[in-house]
Amino acid sequence: MDILAAILLVLGTLLMLIAAVGILRLRDPLQRMHSATKAGTLGTVLLVIGVLLSTDDAPVATGLLAILFLMFTLPLAAQLLGRATYLSGTPLKEIEDSAIPELESDRAKARSSRHD
Amino acid sequence: MIDLPLLADILAVALCIALALAGWRLVKGPSFADRFVAFDMLTALGIGFAGLTSVATGRGAFLDIALALALINFVGTVAFALFLERKARD
Repeated sequence: MDILAAILLVLGTLLMLIAAVGILRLRDPLQRMHSATKAGTLGTVLLVIGVLLSTDDAPVATGLLAILFLMFTLPLAAQLLGRATYLSGTPLKEIEDSAIPELESDRAKARSSRHD
Repeated sequence: MIDLPLLADILAVALCIALALAGWRLVKGPSFADRFVAFDMLTALGIGFAGLTSVATGRGAFLDIALALALINFVGTVAFALFLERKARD
């Protein structure tokens, strides 16, 4: 059990470290979000599972609740933030040419009203 | 067996490096979206620190902090996203 807990703790920490490197190195907000959300979510979840396995008297209910909230809310929050990023007209390096059809009218509206 | 508290201490140092990288992005920007993403990451790192502290000290109560951070993180990010969209509309 100790070995499993140690492996999960190390894996979670490594994933978060990789996510942080991605935040620093990738080139535009959406790419950084891609790194932070996927690696960040899995990293925190693995780390909390590792904490639960580390001792016999760990508060399992609290830990499982935290994992549940993390897995439900982090992707949702990232989706909202990504939408807001796109609509606010932040310069994006990769998707200028391939606009998102569902949001294009909203983005044009946001841009034209910004230039007024 | 493995000395888990010592391992947690070492991993906390590794998380400090991640904290520095995300903090640098938070300071540097350049856009609001970058800062919000970095802030999101900082909260996730806070959850990680809470878990590692729980292992290092043997107190399970530190997981309550992780739960609270997970809840606050969501509300904060949604508020930031709405702020960004409203800022674009105005």
